[in-house]
Amino acid sequence: MFRQARWIEPLLNELTKEEGVLEKVKLEGLPDEIVRDKLDIPNLTETRVVRHFMRLSQMNFGVDFGTYPLGSCTMKYNPKVCERIVSNYKLKMLHPLQPQETCQGILQILYELAQCLVEITGAHKACLVPSAGAHGEFVGALMIRAAIKDRGELDTRREMIIPDSAHGTNPASAAMAGFRIVKVPSNNEGLVDTEALKSVVGKRTAGIMLTVPNTLGLFEKKIIEIVNIVKEVGGYTYYDGANLNALMGKVRPGDMGFDIIHLNLHKTFATPHGGGGPGSGPVCASENVEEYLPVPLIEFDGRKYYLEYDRPKSIGFVRGFHGNISVLVKAYVYIRLLGSMGLKSASERAVVNSNYLLSLLDKEFYEVPYSTSMPRKHEFVVSVGKALREKGVSAKDIAKALIDYGVHAPTIYFPLIVQEALMIEPTETESFEEVEEYARILNEIAYRAYHDPEWIKSTPHNTSVGRIDEAKASHPRTMRLNWRNLEKV
Amino acid sequence: MGEFFKNYSREKLEKVLEKIGVKDVEELYSDVPDEIKIKGELNLPKALNEMEIEKYVGKVLEKNMVHDEVLTFLGAGLPPHYVPAAIESIISRSEFYTAYTPYQPEISQGILQALFEYQSMICELTAMDVANSSMYDWATGAAEALRMALRVKGKKKVLIGENIGPDRKNVIKTYLEPLECDILEVNYDGVCGRIDLGDLEKKVKDACALYIENPNFFGIIEKDAAKMADIIHKEGGVFIVGVDPISLGLLKPPGEYGADIVVGEGQNLGGWLNFGGPSLGIFACRWDMSLVRQMPGRIIGMTTDLSGERRAFTMVLQTREQHIRREQATSNICTNEALMAVAAAAYLALLGSKGLRKLAIEIFERAHYACRRLSEVKNVIVPHFSGEFYQEFTLKLVGEDINRVFDRMIERKIIPGLILTKYFPKLDNVLLSCFTEVHSVENIEKLVEAFKEVMV
Repeated sequence: MFRQARWIEPLLNELTKEEGVLEKVKLEGLPDEIVRDKLDIPNLTETRVVRHFMRLSQMNFGVDFGTYPLGSCTMKYNPKVCERIVSNYKLKMLHPLQPQETCQGILQILYELAQCLVEITGAHKACLVPSAGAHGEFVGALMIRAAIKDRGELDTRREMIIPDSAHGTNPASAAMAGFRIVKVPSNNEGLVDTEALKSVVGKRTAGIMLTVPNTLGLFEKKIIEIVNIVKEVGGYTYYDGANLNALMGKVRPGDMGFDIIHLNLHKTFATPHGGGGPGSGPVCASENVEEYLPVPLIEFDGRKYYLEYDRPKSIGFVRGFHGNISVLVKAYVYIRLLGSMGLKSASERAVVNSNYLLSLLDKEFYEVPYSTSMPRKHEFVVSVGKALREKGVSAKDIAKALIDYGVHAPTIYFPLIVQEALMIEPTETESFEEVEEYARILNEIAYRAYHDPEWIKSTPHNTSVGRIDEAKASHPRTMRLNWRNLEKV
Repeated sequence: MGEFFKNYSREKLEKVLEKIGVKDVEELYSDVPDEIKIKGELNLPKALNEMEIEKYVGKVLEKNMVHDEVLTFLGAGLPPHYVPAAIESIISRSEFYTAYTPYQPEISQGILQALFEYQSMICELTAMDVANSSMYDWATGAAEALRMALRVKGKKKVLIGENIGPDRKNVIKTYLEPLECDILEVNYDGVCGRIDLGDLEKKVKDACALYIENPNFFGIIEKDAAKMADIIHKEGGVFIVGVDPISLGLLKPPGEYGADIVVGEGQNLGGWLNFGGPSLGIFACRWDMSLVRQMPGRIIGMTTDLSGERRAFTMVLQTREQHIRREQATSNICTNEALMAVAAAAYLALLGSKGLRKLAIEIFERAHYACRRLSEVKNVIVPHFSGEFYQEFTLKLVGEDINRVFDRMIERKIIPGLILTKYFPKLDNVLLSCFTEVHSVENIEKLVEAFKEVMV
């Protein structure tokens, strides 16, 4: 039985009535008029601050507490040894601008990581700088822009092709890089419609951004043809690595013909997601576009490791300093712990778990869109549209019921091409027993949806708060975005 | 040492595969064309067990030289700070760090409230009204702020200070390149090191934004910032200010001198240096819906549950974001730096207004002490710029080549600062040094002694 803590924990500023008036200060070399005189941050004891955040932590849920099958987010277990390794003082106190002879240790680790990522993706070179998946996508789109500009075709090639099943970040990233988005529809198998693709490519095509396996969990079996269609018209191919967890050691994006690939280390390579970051989104490139990668890259001249900035065709700098370094180190440790066999087994088990979970579900209730005969990869999508039509029970209701059982909900309402979608990715780190239990819960919810739909609609009851009033949260008249404007509006 | 996934008996695995309806695992990959399937194995270094990898990485990291072995006076956007132990206890709670973005708010109230408090304290610190729950870092925050100004104003020209951090400048150029707009630099005054107001007046026409940093890259306080706000506002533009958050324990916040958007590096607040990341981009703006609706990133709001009785938190204004608005979104940002924002919230809460004031004063005094002591060294002109400074200042070396001096300092196990020539070619033989609470008086004396030996 799951019961989340229900602390009534005030906001920090409610823990004391004292005003944040600052002491007057007179310092030589500091004119009075630029000294601040008021700062309303409460003054509390360390005891109270620690209690505050510990209580808050008890009202949060992570993968350490239960199954967390958020589709396309790859919420696998985060090995604890990674945390201990990055708590090394020799890393924590290292300044990014130190002379490189004083940073040889970290540069070596990062160099070795880049080599591993190049091998895993089948690319030519990796840049570890981008801080998240979407950051990597933006980098990739900028590289395509730079390559096209180099060819003198930027005036004409302004279209980025993106399937209708893509993550929202793809069109957003391409738009940020100045591209127009051309949507290519999925066919009745849930895959890219190659005929439709042929009809939209041409002289205006800058490239295609593709997630493989796609967000339905399906592998694009015509991947070679798709890549060729785009390359034949002079476009570039971008692989969104959000779903690479299905394919490690099985097939590589580079071998499929992709020019640019981003990875989500906080998904595939087991670094913790931190409740929304820090993540890391390295970008790997094939030989024909590697010169456009952002700087710095990490190189080795046989004697010493160094940061390489002298790359005239690079798109330049995409963040301050060299990346989310401790995240990169954790991913390195993960890769070394598993090795080539381990990574392959991880992907295979992720795919087995996903198909096993799907096989256990009540398909009357959880309808499988698109081809039912094709194996899913690491994730799958089902629709509860029928329950909505017949009983008024929505995907959101199912999600809230699930969390009442002490497991996390899947991704819902995505991909957009499936009505009332549940996108489920159990990952390899759930045992068969846990997969079976998740299936049992989903099937029980399906049963209750028909026998006690009002209960489902009233969930959750066991979490620290009941269902959120979202309308109040975003309405201009009741919106509260910080503790200062609580009374203001 | 555990396994992350279980090795089942052949029997159990076969049962599972049978239930799925395939004869073996390979059949689940039957849709992958044979010609691209990996034959054999990836060529990766041999797998190590937990004990071995911990030893290995520990040994390699030994090669790094950090603060105690090599005395470091580098700041340049990332000044070193002490991280209180309580911060690590808080962010190593796996309820926080093993969670995803709070898509199911009812089961994620902890991190949502912590992020709401982070936003609130950033608003207090900067004197702004709305903060988001983080950007990747300062540089990307500054770049996104300028993109936001360009969207809001629909013009094609922005101004940035010549004396902002070079990495911010570089990232701004990369991020704005696709917008095909003009980025003009406003010169700094060669004597005081502050923005040249005359040059700003000259260049402001048709600009939709001005981005400056305070203190600027040379460590100098831009005490005319209010005048800059007037100049850019008269042109109808947005005033964007980049800050070091800890300096705001002492210095007037940007909201009190006319800033519309404030960005900054929050890694300083409870995060270790970590060779530059994880970082934390601070991003806040005024209460103006035309700005707020164009903000990038996640914003947490306070509401109640449907009973109306329990206070609750959730992500708000999501219609700005990529998962709903797709190519019309204000930014593509999705994963951000949430855990670092929790660390920053814990840090600010631990210090409180009094602790922050005390820390900022300590830093100010330490830097000024160092400046006085270094001014006694022959052939070191310090500070090179005359403007009032906070924690960093510039030193001009006379008669000795700076690279030679630097090498001889390294021999003495001291990194005296950052040589600026590479970033600002007209600053010949100039060094930027940073002093914070981690530098003891003994450390400073050691630096002074070394300069005395080297600058003969």
